[in-house]
Amino acid sequence: MNFTLRVWRQKDASDPGRMVDHRADGIIPDMSFLEMLDVVNQKLIEKGEEPIAFDHDCREGICGCCGAVVNGTAHGPLPATTLCQLYMRHFRDGDVITIEPWRAKAFPVLRDLCVDRGALDRIMYAGGYITVRTGSAAEANAIPIPKPIADRAMDAAACIGCGACVAACPNASPMLFLSAKVSQYALLPQGQPERELRVKKMVAVAEASGFGACSVHAECEGVCPKNIKLTFISKLNRELIRAHLKS
Amino acid sequence: MAELDSKIPEGPIAEKWDKHRFNLKLINPANKRKYRVIVVGSGLAGASAAASLAELGFQVACFCYQDSARRAHSIAAQGGINAAKNYQNDGDSIYRLFYDTVKGGDFRAREANVYRLAQVSNNIMDQCVAQGVPFAREYGGCLDNRSFGGAQVSRTFYARGQTGQQLLLGAYSALCCQIGRGAVKMYPRHEMLDLVVIDGQARGIIARDMVSGAITRHVADAVAIGTGGYSNVFYLSTNAKGCNATAIWRAHVRGAYFANPCYTQIHPTCIPVTGEHQSKLTLMSESLRNDGRIWVPLAKEESRAPGKIPESERDYYLERKYPSFGNLAPRDISSRAAKQVCDEGRGIGKSKQGVYLDFADALKRLGRPVIEERYGNLFQMYEEITAEDPYHVPMRIFPAPHYTMGGLWVDYNLMSNLPGLHVIGEANFSDHGANRLGASALMQGLADGYFVLPYTIGDYLARAGICKAGTDHEAFKEAEEAVRGRLKKLLGKKEGKRSVDSFHRELGRLMWNGCGMGRTEASLKGALEKLPKLREAFWEEVKVPGDADHLNQELEKAGRVADLLELAELMCVDALDRSESCGGHFREESQTPDGEALRDDEHFCHVSAWEHAGAGKAPVLHKEPLKFDYVHLQTRSYK
Repeated sequence: MNFTLRVWRQKDASDPGRMVDHRADGIIPDMSFLEMLDVVNQKLIEKGEEPIAFDHDCREGICGCCGAVVNGTAHGPLPATTLCQLYMRHFRDGDVITIEPWRAKAFPVLRDLCVDRGALDRIMYAGGYITVRTGSAAEANAIPIPKPIADRAMDAAACIGCGACVAACPNASPMLFLSAKVSQYALLPQGQPERELRVKKMVAVAEASGFGACSVHAECEGVCPKNIKLTFISKLNRELIRAHLKS
Repeated sequence: MAELDSKIPEGPIAEKWDKHRFNLKLINPANKRKYRVIVVGSGLAGASAAASLAELGFQVACFCYQDSARRAHSIAAQGGINAAKNYQNDGDSIYRLFYDTVKGGDFRAREANVYRLAQVSNNIMDQCVAQGVPFAREYGGCLDNRSFGGAQVSRTFYARGQTGQQLLLGAYSALCCQIGRGAVKMYPRHEMLDLVVIDGQARGIIARDMVSGAITRHVADAVAIGTGGYSNVFYLSTNAKGCNATAIWRAHVRGAYFANPCYTQIHPTCIPVTGEHQSKLTLMSESLRNDGRIWVPLAKEESRAPGKIPESERDYYLERKYPSFGNLAPRDISSRAAKQVCDEGRGIGKSKQGVYLDFADALKRLGRPVIEERYGNLFQMYEEITAEDPYHVPMRIFPAPHYTMGGLWVDYNLMSNLPGLHVIGEANFSDHGANRLGASALMQGLADGYFVLPYTIGDYLARAGICKAGTDHEAFKEAEEAVRGRLKKLLGKKEGKRSVDSFHRELGRLMWNGCGMGRTEASLKGALEKLPKLREAFWEEVKVPGDADHLNQELEKAGRVADLLELAELMCVDALDRSESCGGHFREESQTPDGEALRDDEHFCHVSAWEHAGAGKAPVLHKEPLKFDYVHLQTRSYK
């Protein structure tokens, strides 16, 4: 298979950046999207040019490192799939493929397709935890948790923090990410003592980090590689209202 | 250099850790904040250690090469974590977990370390549940368990097929709490490129900011390395692309001994290689072996589709050879058995390097909803990668490099021979002997970080007599210059002909053939002859575009491959020296008549710890004898 790639190239944060065409020839359908980029990069290196920088690590769809907007869709055309788990058999021979980094004010581009997602970490530093000192935990089976609740908490906890929800959102809102973590802890009995404080602190940092607000476009749900559902954002809103009413 | 002293406490095994904790010197809470500790790596071991040390009051700086601490490769562990809770009432106990782990490691681990690991396994579960890790539960609300290889009890706790992810996010959340408090300073996208040693003590690191390229000096009173293993020496492995051995290798070059480098684990259930372009291998969790049955056709060169091969013409070889453990035989044994049937010409798939993992019986017995509940995400991942539906066609699997039991030598306190340098998680050598059992890596990473290092590092800091030193010390200057020199050299061959990847692939092939699943004197000597030439070619011909002052992923890779090229040689030296077979180290010359690993306890019942003697010089071997007072040396049998 042969493709024309239209790729965002930007040397560093100070460079305005531009779309550049690259050839991707001799691609095998069983290659992953990132393996296809590997092939292109090897050719660029042979020619003495700098390869396309992109973040990736586990290549198993779990670390949340990789991600790019492919033909206008975060993580590409397949639903519930990270970019590293997208295979070239889903493209047609001869396609022109545009590849851009996550676009959001809160995610400055570092180079080519690499962006700084540190703002997501800062939201977590503000309250994405249950405060429990090492060694002070009670016996694991002391708190029985009904299976449906544990399962629902796990649905939320599956978030890999890739940032696709932000990239897909016209407002660049991180609410799917944020709601997943808030919901996981709000659902579990262990999360109750800090329930109100947590949601207020996390939302405040999100708002201060240059992200937009949620106006329920639902684009985030459509691109989420882990199928995190919009209903968690409803839960987040309820949690936030509840927290303000309680205080 | 001091002789190897494992510092194993006296007394009965069940009392050693308690007694030792009492004997450890404490630091007054008000004084703890005067000490600074550097933690390199933010996986299960690094994140849990950094968070726990900060809770105690130490100043902590934590470094990781990923853009966020949450992405360390512990995240990819799928199946589960062991703990001796005995919630299933099936006869489990701390002693049994200890026994299984020592036996599973083929009697090449330290008894005292393993016993402590089994003891704290229960605390880990308590801690993780309290953090809100959403483990699988039964309808009554209690925690659920499943079985894993090498054990006949169900002691593995799990969170769907994402246990590593959930445990890492738990440790990351503890870390976030401490970062939020200002107790941990986090350095993401920073790579440790050298260790700084002052007056024989580890006192800091040189790191590169991978975005700006800035080389920075970081001083501390102690350094803890938790940077994982070195399976990427094989190029194709289940490790993340960024996993590397630079931190431990640089520490080794600075004086830390490297123990048992030849102990590598080849995981039996990975998706087979499809072609030259392949960039990594994907694991299918061992938990699949609970319900999947492994088989190959009886006949060689079988060309029928798996569904067309009748029962009578299939060989369920694990069930046949190991009736009591069946498909749950330990990893090393299962991997070798797969290699044997493929070597006999009975492999499946286009490459004939594969075996079937078949769920047809389980689907019939349990129904699709149960299988979906247990393994849904794994089945989906398999289908995405192979375009085959495992609900209808058996999975094709083949062994792949996955974990390295070898690592930097540490004593009972998890400190290397280099005072002040602590090594935790997969990066050390201590608990798994020559083969790690499934669901034990998560257990060890968290044991080291939550429940061992926070106690032992205080004792070191209280006793060590650490001099005052700043980043202006001569040792920092020398280390920084060495780092800058290496980077310059790597960037120096713009007219070079070959990319970093081409060297890495060649190294991988060389190691897989020479020091892979089966090793012989000839294959190892062959590899030892080729490695120096490959290394020389690398430094002559490697082409690294760009400069050191920007984000430069080729430069990052080049530095890592340069270090793997050196480590590879030490692996082969160790594998050649250890002429016995044990666990994952299978010397073909040393096997029983029916093809099982044959240990030589008379000559090799020891840890091999290698000292770096300088570039171009043969490494020096130090032996730590292993004593088995509780689990008596015997031939491992899973029949």
